[in-house]
Amino acid sequence: MSVKSTIICEINEVASEQGKAVAPLNDDLVLLDSGLDSLCFAILVARLEDKLGVDPFTAADDVYFPVTFSDFVKFYEDAAR
Amino acid sequence: MGDALRDAGELSGRMLWGRDASLALGELRRGTSLGGQLESLADRSVLIATSGQLASALALIELDGMARRMILCPADLPLAYLSSIVADAGVDAIVTDAGTTAFDKLGLPLVVCALPIAPGTENIASRHATEWILLTSGTTGVPKMVMHSLQGLTGAIKTAPPRERPLIWGTFYDIRRYGGLQIFLRAIMGTGSLVLSSAGETVADHLQRLASCGVTHLSGTPSHWRRALMSPASGVIAPEYVRLSGEIADQSVLDNLRRVYPNASIGHAYASTEAGVGFEVTDGLEGFPASLMRRDGDVWMKVEDGSLRIRSPRAASVYVGDAGAPVADENGFVDTGDMLELRDDRYYFVGRRGGIINIGGLKVHPEEIEAIINRHESVRMSLVKGRANPITGAIIVADIVLKDGASATGGAPGDREIKTAILQACRASLPPYKVPASIRFVASLDVTPAGKLVRSNA
Repeated sequence: MSVKSTIICEINEVASEQGKAVAPLNDDLVLLDSGLDSLCFAILVARLEDKLGVDPFTAADDVYFPVTFSDFVKFYEDAAR
Repeated sequence: MGDALRDAGELSGRMLWGRDASLALGELRRGTSLGGQLESLADRSVLIATSGQLASALALIELDGMARRMILCPADLPLAYLSSIVADAGVDAIVTDAGTTAFDKLGLPLVVCALPIAPGTENIASRHATEWILLTSGTTGVPKMVMHSLQGLTGAIKTAPPRERPLIWGTFYDIRRYGGLQIFLRAIMGTGSLVLSSAGETVADHLQRLASCGVTHLSGTPSHWRRALMSPASGVIAPEYVRLSGEIADQSVLDNLRRVYPNASIGHAYASTEAGVGFEVTDGLEGFPASLMRRDGDVWMKVEDGSLRIRSPRAASVYVGDAGAPVADENGFVDTGDMLELRDDRYYFVGRRGGIINIGGLKVHPEEIEAIINRHESVRMSLVKGRANPITGAIIVADIVLKDGASATGGAPGDREIKTAILQACRASLPPYKVPASIRFVASLDVTPAGKLVRSNA
């Protein structure tokens, strides 16, 4: 499974567990407008660390925090490389 | 009598901006937000329980020096705790919003705090060094109430040098919590204005509002800042000063702030509701230099049994209720419960004593969650702990030992049912941030010779 499809899968899983409706995951979707709150992101980042073996938020050097969904995917793709 | 908050310098030309309403502070010189009831609140123990922060801010300014005691009530306080707070703090009047019915059954005088400012008495003389009572966050059951004085609360505030641009503070905190109150007091005691946060406002809207007010000094927890950094509106503000407190500031959030706000001075402060403001670090690095661990004037810091101890005139004095137990030990030190590790002449925070977990600034006691998990008939014992997390500082995870005969492979359909039932029970009685984000079935848990669960400090 690609990094992107893993992320989509986990986002939907976390949203359903937390009872949140998630916006369509278009590339330019702003993460803070996705329907996920801080707790959802926190859980998502932990699950992705288990699945992909990386936590780019902690490992990040010289990068900006992701703003859009495509930033987020790229954040993980770059870290997993 | 010491100077009250309303005597704190020139008010004209300064603003308090709320989301829906704002006030020129100078108006409070000539009028009142309390509908002519200020005198009736004199000498009383007043619970300040408004939904919005602007009304609370006005009440604090008007009542300091008049009331005997003010209890600052955050909007998210569960009403179930109200009667015990009222009893323990000897509350004999409540300041609230118009139309609130939540306090009717307490049978106490209610005073409405609202805009617009009505004409009132000028030059009111202070009659008390008012006690400021703050509620601790996230403890099990009823929050503890800790007593401060205005002098102690403002002890760490230095007089700002004269400046050309107006000084405009903003904070992501609620000003009725210690971290937010520090910013409120910095603004009011100094020469600044303040942009208040508002529950339910989106990060982008809040940042736009901060920008349109021209914010120069902005404070929040690392979790608040991470959300701001993930907003497309992060670039609309250009603060001169960025302050983090309330949680461990890691290198990643400090580096990101440096990159996004290259012209800002970035400081992370250590403060707690009980110990007051400890220190601030501005070198851009996580942790703090070991050289701070000493006596500096009135403030004395040391490490004992691995945790940070602070002796300071800015600390709270006593717990209200609880027989007035002192906050500090017999030598005047407050045990913060924050565990430290020394590496290369720098101290790093490694968690809290007793396994207490800090989630985005809210403290969580693991026992509260374990009690719910342990009610499930298949559970023998459980250990709830924090897992480090870059978004909220930590998330809750649980290790569970099942009873003999109950399967513990993690994959069997029976296990999945148990897991679902436990999570349902947790969701039914706990706020979402206390519900375990993951559950693991384990064969055993470490227990001390005294029979207690071994808790790491994470």
